[in-house]
Amino acid sequence: MHSSERRVISVIVLNEHGVLSRITGLFAARGYNIESVTVAPIPGSKYSRLTIVTSGSPRVIEQIIKQLHKLIPVYKVIEHSELVEKEMVMAKIPLEERLADVEALCRAYNGNIVNIGTDTAIIMAADEPSRIANFIKALKRFNPKEIVRSGVVAIER
Amino acid sequence: MATMTGAQMVVEAMREENVEVVFGYPGGAIMNVYDEIYKKRYFQHILTRHEQAAVHAADGYARATGKVGVAFVTSGPGFTNAVTGLATAYMDSIPIVVISGQVPLSMIGTDAFQEIDAVGISRPCTKHNFLVKSAEELPEILAKAFYIARTGRPGPVHVDIPKDVTAQMAEFNYPKEVKLETYKPTIKGNARQIKKAVEAIAKAKKPVFYLGGGIIHSNSADLVRDLVAATQIPAVETLMARGTLRYDDPMLLGMVGMHGTYAANMAMSEADLLIALGPRFDDRVTGKLSEFAKYAKIIHVDIDPSSIGKLVHVDYPIVGDLKAVLTELVPQAKEKVDPARYESWREILKRYQELHPLTYEDSDEVLKPEWVIQRIGEKLKGKARISTDVGQHQMWTAQYYPFTRPREFITSGGLGTMGFGFPAAMGVKRGVPDEISVNISGDGSILMNIQELMTAVENRLPVINVILNNNYLGMVRQWQTFFYDKRYAETDLSMQPDFVKLAESFGGVGYRVKTKEEFDAALEDAISKNVVALIDVIIDRYENVLPMVPAGGSLYNMLLEYKD
Repeated sequence: MHSSERRVISVIVLNEHGVLSRITGLFAARGYNIESVTVAPIPGSKYSRLTIVTSGSPRVIEQIIKQLHKLIPVYKVIEHSELVEKEMVMAKIPLEERLADVEALCRAYNGNIVNIGTDTAIIMAADEPSRIANFIKALKRFNPKEIVRSGVVAIER
Repeated sequence: MATMTGAQMVVEAMREENVEVVFGYPGGAIMNVYDEIYKKRYFQHILTRHEQAAVHAADGYARATGKVGVAFVTSGPGFTNAVTGLATAYMDSIPIVVISGQVPLSMIGTDAFQEIDAVGISRPCTKHNFLVKSAEELPEILAKAFYIARTGRPGPVHVDIPKDVTAQMAEFNYPKEVKLETYKPTIKGNARQIKKAVEAIAKAKKPVFYLGGGIIHSNSADLVRDLVAATQIPAVETLMARGTLRYDDPMLLGMVGMHGTYAANMAMSEADLLIALGPRFDDRVTGKLSEFAKYAKIIHVDIDPSSIGKLVHVDYPIVGDLKAVLTELVPQAKEKVDPARYESWREILKRYQELHPLTYEDSDEVLKPEWVIQRIGEKLKGKARISTDVGQHQMWTAQYYPFTRPREFITSGGLGTMGFGFPAAMGVKRGVPDEISVNISGDGSILMNIQELMTAVENRLPVINVILNNNYLGMVRQWQTFFYDKRYAETDLSMQPDFVKLAESFGGVGYRVKTKEEFDAALEDAISKNVVALIDVIIDRYENVLPMVPAGGSLYNMLLEYKD
């Protein structure tokens, strides 16, 4: 058996009614895996761009791409090999934590403190997905109350 | 250009698309459209007695004629009843357009009366679907629906139209040509790949043509016949490709797969090259994948790239319309391929054919289903279209009927929908009125859309239904015999209606036959009377479909006989 590998696929789709459910429905119906999915309109066009992180054997990945192509509103499917990936994360940290240390950690991951409320500070970081995972691990000792990840966006080099 | 209501647009669009018949069933949400049908009378509307039957009838019409079949249904249950029809057409790549009514836009999402998320349901069983948001976009959507249904790999398209949209006024400007920048099927095959494929054929020692349903959809049976005759390479047909070659073509080894012939399955197993023209490597054909054609390189021509390499590694993929590809390939093959090269291979396969031909033990005491099929073939060969339901009778028909041409055999292959045959045969009769339309069915399947007797009688669609009646849900009973120690769980159908009276009560003609003479007389009578008929044929209860490759088994491990 082929081993399962992680892949980032970008899908350019017509920005129309129900298009997102066509894509996610396809993944669900055919038993493909979605690790994360992000979607937003492409500025100045009638298209949207989805970035899907998935995993599977090379044959499964090939099928995913072909099946995506087959959907009528799909304009283009880009299977990334050379790409820059970024993910964003936000978290709430209690004010009693040592915010100077928190801020130093955020800086190391292209982030900072973005808001301070009555009892929590909101922080953010944006980095490669694997580094975001590390960041979240490191963040644990500051007792985050809530962590929100954006999912991956990617662009071809 | 004119201003009109959405409902008017629907009927005008049918006229633009040269639709001659619509099968359907009215209801609240689609009443505006039916009002326009009544007023305009642009096309015939055939009122079925169930929405599922309307879609199967449109499907049968499409399979027989190659044109797009059309069905209209209402919202909610009207639509959900149509879903099996959509799924059937989807699995077999049949071009149909189904238009459903929907509750008004303002009520969508409120759990209104007869509201259901129709596009949500039809999404995985259609090639594409649309929810229409305004009358303004309706002409373009309808044009797209027909275009998408018939181009590329054909398939069903569903258009859901809210009731207020059918009442809205807008400009009707029907596009003369549809262009979709996100949908451009590949038609022409890659010239280099075609050349390589021809070279592979010329070099092969044991090639086999693996003929699939794509040949029928692309109307390329003539090219295939030409290619087979010129190369003298043996061929197998899938269920969906039956009729591509004539039944008596010396190169035809028969049907392949679970109930394929010994020679066809052995040819696949021993071949060194499969020339796959429009099949999709269905599990009912391949059996155990790791053992499937394991000595063979594979050429696969298909218009759908996702079909190629989906289940089996392909050495020579060619994406394109089969007709366009064969138009290039056939002359090259004629030039480069020497038919004498495969002489010893043909000899081997001939011995396989002689070793285990399709066979059954005829009887004087009880009618054998195989005999009945052969008899229908003797009487109607080349003059009739044969539809079937799903089960043993379907496989016996596929095995024993002498098919002479494409679109002669109408059957639900991919989804295996019981209840398909009768309504499909009505659609067939409407599409090709000059030919006899026969539905070969079983005592299980026929009751799944028996209400269509009324539609057929009312609309003078003289379908001859031949029920191979073994008082069993036969195919499941067969599996229970073979694999479940004869525990016949819920397959005994001994409680039956009187099919003769049933037919008569609808205004059709019924026959009950137990002997060959009675069968001949009944068939003769039904043909000469030209009426809707049910011929209840009492057959051997325990006849099995053989050979059989047990599900998940290897093609070369066939059950050739069963002795109790």
